[in-house]
Amino acid sequence: MPLKLERQENVSTLRLAAAPVVALLVTLVVGAIMFIALGQDPVRAFTIYFIEPLGDPWTLQELVVKACPLLLIGIGLAFCYRANRWNIGAEGQYVAGAVLGSWLALATHGTDAGPWVMPAMLVLGAVGGALWGLIPAFLRVRFGSSEILTSLMLVYVAQLGLDYLVRGPWRDPAGFNFPQSVTFDDVALMPLLFEEGRLHGGIIVALVAAAAATFVLGRTLVGFSIEIGGSAPRAAAFAGFDERRVTYGVFAVSGALAGLAGIIEVAGPIGQMQPTISPGYGFTAIIAAMLGRLHPVGILVASLVLALTYIGGEAAQISMRMPFDVTRVFQGTLLIAILAADVLVRYRIRRVEGTSHA
Amino acid sequence: MLDAAIIGAVLASVVAAATTLLLASLGELVAERAGTLNLGVEGMMIVGAAVGYATAYSSGSLLLGTLAAVLAGVVVSLVFAGLAVWLAANQVASGLATTILGLGVAGLIGSSFVGTRIDAAPALHLPVLTGLPIIGEAVFGQDAFVYASVLLLIAVTYGLARTRVGLVLRAVGENHAAAHALGHPVRKIRTLAIMFGGACAGLAGAHLSLAYTPFWASDMTAGRGWIALALVVFSAWRPLWLLAGAYLFGAVSILQLHVQGFGLGIPSQFLSSLPYLATIGALVVISALKHGQGAPASLGVPFVPDR
Repeated sequence: MPLKLERQENVSTLRLAAAPVVALLVTLVVGAIMFIALGQDPVRAFTIYFIEPLGDPWTLQELVVKACPLLLIGIGLAFCYRANRWNIGAEGQYVAGAVLGSWLALATHGTDAGPWVMPAMLVLGAVGGALWGLIPAFLRVRFGSSEILTSLMLVYVAQLGLDYLVRGPWRDPAGFNFPQSVTFDDVALMPLLFEEGRLHGGIIVALVAAAAATFVLGRTLVGFSIEIGGSAPRAAAFAGFDERRVTYGVFAVSGALAGLAGIIEVAGPIGQMQPTISPGYGFTAIIAAMLGRLHPVGILVASLVLALTYIGGEAAQISMRMPFDVTRVFQGTLLIAILAADVLVRYRIRRVEGTSHA
Repeated sequence: MLDAAIIGAVLASVVAAATTLLLASLGELVAERAGTLNLGVEGMMIVGAAVGYATAYSSGSLLLGTLAAVLAGVVVSLVFAGLAVWLAANQVASGLATTILGLGVAGLIGSSFVGTRIDAAPALHLPVLTGLPIIGEAVFGQDAFVYASVLLLIAVTYGLARTRVGLVLRAVGENHAAAHALGHPVRKIRTLAIMFGGACAGLAGAHLSLAYTPFWASDMTAGRGWIALALVVFSAWRPLWLLAGAYLFGAVSILQLHVQGFGLGIPSQFLSSLPYLATIGALVVISALKHGQGAPASLGVPFVPDR
């Protein structure tokens, strides 16, 4: 094929920033084709999916609530992916954090425990997620096992563990045999930001995490050692950065943030333990991290965009009886488009005359 | 009391469970030997399962369903090939994207078939041999997918080791720059290897929805694509070891079901997590023993020809 990729040395910031926008547009075109293929009017579908949620104050709040876990997890994943460590098991770390944090909520349930419970739950959530995340890190450092596969396998293990707890020891005895725990006491619930509405304190936690991550990744030696360890491991080794410490560090951070997202979700919007506590936030956050160019501010914007696909998907499910899988198609297409757009921004495609090499 | 009939039935179900894994991991092994790590196996497999079921249900033909599943697997694999080979995008991210998209597309296709059933692919009884005690039913009373997986195993083993195509494919996977310098079309070969992987994953999906559990359920692959990926590492990229790995994991996933049936008081969720824990254990053991030996040297490295 007489085409070749030519690496661009100096890519302008504008071109880099344009890639996610182009990816979004491509996704919308693919989405329109999908709606037509499903026999739906694309204009009506897009209105329900992407426009109507933005016009309603209630769903706007819901948008922020759904973006919160994506932002937290996505920031953590940015640490991993910048270091070229492929943690794809954030969903499991999210569950592990939610479980450890909820343990305290249930252990103090019905007692007169004070307002220390909520902060302690957040700490336990972060610890639980970090410990779960450190398992693949340990297996990689100690045995050289692929962190991609081990972190993913641990998602299934964590979900089954949660399932066991809510159907067994943690089931509410007065809950008519439903597989769910008691509703958390007030001191174990995430406080709301305003008396009315859905916005909760976890959103502040996520924004603080984003600010802290921006500083750490952009302005500190730790951030630099993560970046250089990912892009030039040999140079990092010569500079004296310890590869193993980077592996443990980024997995601990991303696990902790995913765990934090998990306990915030359970103690906030959900309010009790259930067999399912996530519509796949841990996987969608991978897309948020990529779409946000592994930068906390970018991930913030990307989280809002992806949260919109969740909200729009729910709306389309109700009013158009469309399966929720439409949202997964959107999310997958978005990731594919951003990966392609990334390459097309960094490389230039040239026609090559008279060669047969492909 | 365990009699021969029960043991035979258990063995037969182990073979069935192992076949899905063997089919999918054979395809992935070929793609990886050509130097591409395709994490999209789960996505290709579930699209194969959905398209295969939809076609078989609508046409009434298992053969058409199977062919459609294989074709669907190939189509999905082209998404990965386009990103990872032709645009030289990061292979891990490209594979993940393929899986996420595949799960969504399969869900859309399958949503109108929830709750339906078809007749499972019939067992092809080989005369005389099926009558053998205990193993007869398990080995010689299987559906066509099982025999196909064994034939495919032989073909891949022979093809990789003994044919010119296999040699070129391995050269591309070991050192793409050298293969390119020798005039081999690296990206075309990788694309073909990925398409073969897609076809195998589609076939594995068809086995799942047309023979193993002859109905459609969303997320019915339940991580089997990922376990297939782990099996390739476990096999140290040697096809014959895939056979051992696939049957070992087939046995774990079937036996845990039977133990659940006995009701020994072990929480079912713990038993259900055994295949995943066993996968982690196998990965750890194999990487501790081998430390990355056996992996194609160019695995996961994008290739951009410089001239």
